[in-house]
This record gives sequence, C-alpha cells and structure tokens, in this order.
Amino acid sequence: MSEPVPRHTIRVEVNGEALTRAVEPRRHLVDFLREDCGLKGSHLGCEHGVCGACTVRLDGEIVRGCLVLAVQADGGRVETVETRQPSARLRALQDAFVARNALQCGYCTPGMLMAALELVERAPEADREQVRTWIAGNYCRCTGYHAIVDAVCDVLAAQRRGAFEKLPQEAA
Amino acid sequence: MKAPSFDYVRAASPAQVFELLREHGDAARVLAGGQTLIATLNMRLSEPALLIDIGGLDALRGIALEGNTLRIGALTTHAAIEASPLVARHAPLLAQAAPHIAHRAIRNRGTFGGSLAYADPAAEWPACVLALDATLVLGGAEGERRVAAHDFFTGLFTTALAPGELLLACELPVQADGERQVFDELARRHGDYAIAGLAARARLQGGRLHELRLAFLGIDDRPRRAQRTEQALQGRAIDDATLAMALQTLQAELQPYGDLTSGPDTKRHLAGVLLQRALRRLAA
Repeated sequence: MSEPVPRHTIRVEVNGEALTRAVEPRRHLVDFLREDCGLKGSHLGCEHGVCGACTVRLDGEIVRGCLVLAVQADGGRVETVETRQPSARLRALQDAFVARNALQCGYCTPGMLMAALELVERAPEADREQVRTWIAGNYCRCTGYHAIVDAVCDVLAAQRRGAFEKLPQEAA
Repeated sequence: MKAPSFDYVRAASPAQVFELLREHGDAARVLAGGQTLIATLNMRLSEPALLIDIGGLDALRGIALEGNTLRIGALTTHAAIEASPLVARHAPLLAQAAPHIAHRAIRNRGTFGGSLAYADPAAEWPACVLALDATLVLGGAEGERRVAAHDFFTGLFTTALAPGELLLACELPVQADGERQVFDELARRHGDYAIAGLAARARLQGGRLHELRLAFLGIDDRPRRAQRTEQALQGRAIDDATLAMALQTLQAELQPYGDLTSGPDTKRHLAGVLLQRALRRLAA
C-alpha cells in the first residue's frame, strides 16, 4: 500500500445536527456514524449488504449504511434510531417491539426499526405477508421473526385506527 | 470487512468522467448506486485506486415518455422504477420485476444502469431489456452510440461497453395494444439471487400469441432468449397440448449452467415451470 489517501471534508446533518468531519473515502456511512460521530446505535453484521443490521435513513429513505460511503452523504441528511426527536411512528414501533418481545440480543433491532418505519410511512395498507416480505432483508438470529412481524402489524393497525392523525407533520 | 484505500472524486460532468477514465484506465471504477461495487470493495475482491462518483450527473436520472419510447436514465434507481406510473403503464414488465430485486434499502440506491452495465447473469433488468427489444445508449469521449439489447450482453459480466464508456440511458418501446408482459422469478427466499427467472412478452390476437419473447435469467452466463421455443409458439393458442410441446422444445433448447444453488437439471426443470406459468398468464 502506498501513501495514505487525502481525507475529504464532508458536511452531514445527522439526526438534525450539522456535523463537519474529515474522512477517508473508503469510510462507509455506518463506520462514519459509529467512529466519527460517536453514534453506536447503528450496527454492522455482514458489511456486504445482506443482513440489514446497518439500515439507516439517508435523505429520507432507508439504505444499507455499509454500502454507502460517507463521502457520498456529503450535503445529505442522516437519521438513525438515536434521533433525539423520534417521530410518533418510531416511538410506537419501539414500544410495540418491547410489548411484543420482538428483541432479545438487540443486534438487529435498530435496522429492523428503521426498515419498519419506512414501511409504516410508505405502505400503510401492508398486510402480514407484505410485512414479512418487506423485512426479509433484515436478519434476526434470536426471535424467529414472528414477534417482530406482530409488533409491526400492531403499529400498522394503530395507524389505520388514526393513532397518528392529530399530530403536526414533523412529529408524525 | 473494511474496503482497501482508494481516492474519490465526485464528477461534475460526463466529459470529466471520460477524461478520468482515459487517464486512469483500469485503476479507476465508476461509482453509481454502489450496491454492487461497495460490497465488492468491502470484501476486497477489487482494489481500484480511484472511485469516480457519477451520482451528481442529474441528466442521467429520470423516466420520460418520448413518443413511442420510454427513456430511462442510467442513474434511475430500482425504487424509482418500482414506483413510476409511466413504467406501470408503458413497461409493466419492469414494474413486475422491480420488487424481486434484493430488498427495499438496496432498491433505494441501486441503479438501472448499474445493473445493466454489471450484467450479472442472475439480474432482472438484463432479461427485461432483452425481452422488450430495448436499445442501450452508450456515451464516451467520441460521443454517443446505440446498441440493441440483443447485442449488448456478450458474456459473463461482460457487455458491449468499451473501456472509457458510460451507459447513459435505455430506450424501451412502449407496450403496444394487445401486448402482454409478465415477469416471474424463483429464489429460495424473497430477495435472494434468482435461481431462474423469465421476462416474457407477446401480442395476443384472436387468442393466439404473436411476437413472443422469452428471456431467461439465472440459467446461463447472460440473459438468454429461448428463440426456438418462441418460434414454435408463434401464432399458437395456449392449451395443454401446446404447453407440453413448448415445454419439450424448451428443455431441448436450453443448455443451462449449474451454480452454487442448483445443477443444470434443476435449472432446466425450473425454466420449464416458469415457461408454463408465463404462457398461461400471457394467454389469460
């Protein structure tokens, strides 16, 4: 390996806070969050896009944090489970996961929550089968998945009953 | 694991990309959605010196109807195609195929052009563009050129793209009156690489199939049209006897590759299953 590669300065909004950091180009987004921002809530499993433990939100959409370079997020907006102002839907999912015993070791949980949040927001009519298909990209080795699906379905049902309706748009 | 060290530049224009590719040759890689490239780098299967990020080239993004042609920019994500009303209306084959591509988080970043340029034999888009007789628009320092899908996929992970060229867009003929398009794929779990898949289209007239296209994925080193089976079904109505004939013709025609999941006989069998399902749906 020859001389070290120069670092790139990037500006990223992380959970609502504007951060400036100098990073190596090879630094992927989750390592950036964990090592450069001190946010350990996002996890790494396979580091090649298969397990989903690294799922975070970039510019409003879920992505594989291990398959996005931090330099690609320059000027972007990242949201993780550690967001200081969790939306009502995220809180509901977190509460449902607890109520349904949808986590044991918790390693897959942040990725599951971020993936489930996008489902609740974008596919409100999803049935149990569609929930299963949606989270098929997030592996869990502890729970056997059913409790996770139950928790997500509970939140979808609450949403259909109007649980998130009277809230200002930002908190929803 | 962690990627090896590389330098990075965010390209401001296609011209800059062509210049950088000319200067660096094989030591540079183009970064689009990164859903294949970054995984490859994380596994250290490749060690380029420079990544050229084309994500800022907005002119390569978008879906537009131009007369009888649907033009899809190379940087259009799988998710954008999945959600597009234009695609649902004019190229429903793509709308059917999109949900089979990996998982949502990957579809939010991965690009149409990236999939076509990488030409994984198990990928969905190469078979789709082959079935639709699409045209690929390539660009380089010398200018643009067009290549028919039929001539684009030349071997395992190999396309007609010359060194220093970028895939800019794909032009697809819009679905005609009376035309049907069906896509199906078989995988062990949703989102896994396909064991076998089929992109099919035909024009239905008087209950008979015309201009049938059957493009298989996952069974060869590139998407493969079953042309003898297509010809055998030309002008035919679909009944049990025709299905049996088609199946026999297909089994004789295909020379499937085995892979990590399945041997050639399994692939041949599954191709036959997909064929029967597709023909029934086309003729329904």
